[in-house]
Amino acid sequence: MNFLDVLLAGATLGGLYGLVAMGLTLQYGVARIMNLSYGEFLIAPAFLTYVLVSQFGLSPLWVLVLAIPLGFAVQWLVYQLLLTPLVRRTGAGPALEVDSILATFGLLFVVQGAMLVVFGGNYYSYEYLSVPIHVLGSTVAANRLLVLVVAVLVGGGLYALLTRTRMGTVVRAVSVAPRFAQLVGINVRQTSALAFGMGGALVAVSGVLVSMFLPFSASMGTMFAMKALIVVIMGGVGNLMGCLMAGLLLGFAETLVASFVDPGLTLAVNFGLFLLVLLFRPTGLFGKAAR
Amino acid sequence: MNSPREWWAWGAGATAVLGLALLPLWLQNDYVLSLLISVLMYSVLATAWALFSGPTRYISLATVAFFGVGAYTTAVLGEVLPWAGVLAVALLLGVVMALLVGLATLRLSGVYFVIFSFGLAELTKQLVTWYEVNITKEIGRYVFVDITQQHIYWQLLGLLALVLALRALIQRTRLGLALRVIGEDETVAVHVGINTTVVKVVLFAASSAFITVTGAVMAPRWTYIDPSIAFAPVISFQTLIMALLGGPAALLGPLLGAAPLVLLFEFLSASFPNHFSILLGLVFMVIVYLVPNGLVSLLRRKGGRP
Amino acid sequence: MHADTKRFWLKHAAVAAMVACGLPLAQAQDAPKSVRIGWAIAKTGPNAGGTATTVTPNYEMWVKEINAAGGLMLKAYGKRVPIEVVEYDDRSSSEEAVRATERLMTQDKVDFVLPPWGTANNLAVGPTYEKHKYPLLAVNSVTDKAPDLVKRWKHAFFFLGTGTQYAEALVSYLEEAKKAGKIGDKIAMVNIADGFGVELANAARKAAAKHGFTLVYDKSYPIGTQDMTPILNEVKGKGADTFIAFSYPPDTFLITDQSKVLGLNPKVMFLGVGSQFPMYKQKFGASAEGIMGPGGVDFDSPAIKDYFQRHVASSKQEPDRFASTVQYAALQVLQQAIEKVGKIDRAAVTNEIRTGSFDTILGPVKLENQLFNNLWWVGQWQNGEFYGVAPSAKKGAKPALLPKPAWKN
Repeated sequence: MNFLDVLLAGATLGGLYGLVAMGLTLQYGVARIMNLSYGEFLIAPAFLTYVLVSQFGLSPLWVLVLAIPLGFAVQWLVYQLLLTPLVRRTGAGPALEVDSILATFGLLFVVQGAMLVVFGGNYYSYEYLSVPIHVLGSTVAANRLLVLVVAVLVGGGLYALLTRTRMGTVVRAVSVAPRFAQLVGINVRQTSALAFGMGGALVAVSGVLVSMFLPFSASMGTMFAMKALIVVIMGGVGNLMGCLMAGLLLGFAETLVASFVDPGLTLAVNFGLFLLVLLFRPTGLFGKAAR
Repeated sequence: MNSPREWWAWGAGATAVLGLALLPLWLQNDYVLSLLISVLMYSVLATAWALFSGPTRYISLATVAFFGVGAYTTAVLGEVLPWAGVLAVALLLGVVMALLVGLATLRLSGVYFVIFSFGLAELTKQLVTWYEVNITKEIGRYVFVDITQQHIYWQLLGLLALVLALRALIQRTRLGLALRVIGEDETVAVHVGINTTVVKVVLFAASSAFITVTGAVMAPRWTYIDPSIAFAPVISFQTLIMALLGGPAALLGPLLGAAPLVLLFEFLSASFPNHFSILLGLVFMVIVYLVPNGLVSLLRRKGGRP
Repeated sequence: MHADTKRFWLKHAAVAAMVACGLPLAQAQDAPKSVRIGWAIAKTGPNAGGTATTVTPNYEMWVKEINAAGGLMLKAYGKRVPIEVVEYDDRSSSEEAVRATERLMTQDKVDFVLPPWGTANNLAVGPTYEKHKYPLLAVNSVTDKAPDLVKRWKHAFFFLGTGTQYAEALVSYLEEAKKAGKIGDKIAMVNIADGFGVELANAARKAAAKHGFTLVYDKSYPIGTQDMTPILNEVKGKGADTFIAFSYPPDTFLITDQSKVLGLNPKVMFLGVGSQFPMYKQKFGASAEGIMGPGGVDFDSPAIKDYFQRHVASSKQEPDRFASTVQYAALQVLQQAIEKVGKIDRAAVTNEIRTGSFDTILGPVKLENQLFNNLWWVGQWQNGEFYGVAPSAKKGAKPALLPKPAWKN
């Protein structure tokens, strides 16, 4: 396996990890909700894509566009209807952590159960853009390359949005100092809902993309959620660039180990790397202060 | 310090344990016994979890790392050592592992610790898997040990009594006081001269030891274990949810979470096998919204202190 | 007095008539309202995928069809008795599977229990079946320990063979191809680090050495791997004519997809569980041509064709071409054993399963030492169907397509 092979494989896998985690880092970083049901909201759009593609012959790219407002709306509503009462009750204090874990854990089961009732436990998969793209003598699947492109575009775009616009400044203010943000006239709850919804749009987009090349089933959501959590924590909560970096780091580590050491150790190395990073940087690669 | 009320509590506890110990002699029903085993298992796990996490408010998802190591101890040594020896090794392994992990990790806080502990459990699973596949060349292990269901029941009951007694004792000592301060505000704790690291590590080790031994005790129930069974993340999650729902700060809180939830799981999966997940999720959410401070708060009179 | 005597005689005449018709009176009154069948299977969790593909549709169809015919024929009572189902979700956990099984046997007191999906959970419930003397018809379970386990468990029956049988059949088939000069002696092999994958890889390693093959690549990968590129690129670089992957459904899909993209097209490509799934055919279509995997069906057999049609009608999905047919055949074995015994007598039914011969969709089935050995070990996609190719002497075997044709788009 040559250098370029490793680079491409590591980057596409890392882009996937980074993209899947970006929505969660927004949700946790700004709205302070540890959303355990995150993975279910990745699998649900995957099923939606499957149905639209196989029943109605729609192109997955259209579903991708559709997923943005839909994902936003769903998670925005989840925040407004389900999580606002908890935020209000706990005054966004330490009890919110426990309550949101429990509530989103419940939501996880409800959404997963609904998908099981509709789709059963079977694996689903369809063919889209599963064609080779040759880059300087190396080969990569078009659908995986698409993920990397979207990850970089979304990561870069959101980063610019957060650092260059007024809305971004508001969101960052809430993320860094929710109590002080209130003092300067920011509506913390609405901003949180906005960030939560943006996270929803992101996770929906990644769900559609994942469905293009990974077989999925109703029970697979938690796996994605846990992977996303690892990336979020490793990159530093609330940090989009950190998210992408951590994702890429894990992707490269996995590819290098699979190529040169032993594919049996890929996940062990991923977790080991994650633990090491935390031991030396207790708030993640790009985290600022302990929360 | 030993008020009559306290003596009554100890007496009642001892009587309850004795009563429960006699139960299997009278009860001739495998199913009910195995249901009780499940209740006890999660009671021990949740109480042991709360031993550390209740006062310090560290939310750990490493439960199954220790549980799995315990189960593997039985699988590896079950036919080599006498049973007490197996449990002793499990205990030792749990403590050593907890000390290593504890010293390294307790500088993490909040969600960083939560996910770290999850990563730790997954790493353990991956390493055990790799070892089994590449070194022993067998992924599964067969556990043929002469341990009856009743023995498992009694051992779990013994563990539960021990862990509850330990928690009750700790609450009365300076250690308990130190823990409460750490839980309230760690910075304050450091300022008043508490060696927070030592306190946390000691407690983490005690908690983990109980969890490891529970894994060792449970392993003979399954005949066959592999890393996906022994290190199933769902065990960590259920333990955490039970303790949190019950109320981890109170002595009996985790019990109040574990027993009803195990029975609820059983009721739902038996009565609604096709809608188990949905109903379970709804029940969780109802509890969170309607019982804000854990089930234990329902038992308290209004105005009662935690 | 007179009336009583008359009634006495009438009663005896009636009894005599019934005996003459083969209907013993006392038993006719005792006929159970239903035969109660219980199962605790994974409706949620990691095993839900395999269960939904192979187990649930067959269990449900079997019950539906028997009840549509009026029930199981219990000749001791001279009538058909419908099946009543008690079902639980074992949530893919060994502990839950054991407890649900105990509940079915001791609490619900069902007449027979059908096992869950997966080797680990079948082994976990084994002791419970043995203790309560229920026959265990383990279909979705492949273990080399089976011949030993049946000595320990007198009520256990294993229907899907051992890892060694699959590996041996595959590699001895490869040896024939090698002798015919069709392939070289290099094999590249990967396996998933879980029960089935490890067991088959171990067996294949031994078989490869025995039949004069060199393993140029031999690695495992963990459950949950989401990118096979590094592995496939390595395999590609090894220049082996044979690529074997003892994989599980999600990775089987992944390996096929990525091999296609990377242009890895060895002469022999053997994949694990999932290569026989209907979703595999639906996704890869003509590209699947030539792909091999464990299992297979004799699709020219009218009984199998009929089974496929009934399966689609019953559950709106095709059966898989590995364990599904065996699963259904095992249920037919149970049904016929009960009907031969003619009443709910578990000891007799177990004995009948052990010794009897049965007529199933797979043809005649007779167990040897509680094991079913007359299986397809290697199957291959040919013209849109997954035919059995080895053992080549088995009735309905197709000659294998070799080398595997190029990927189609």
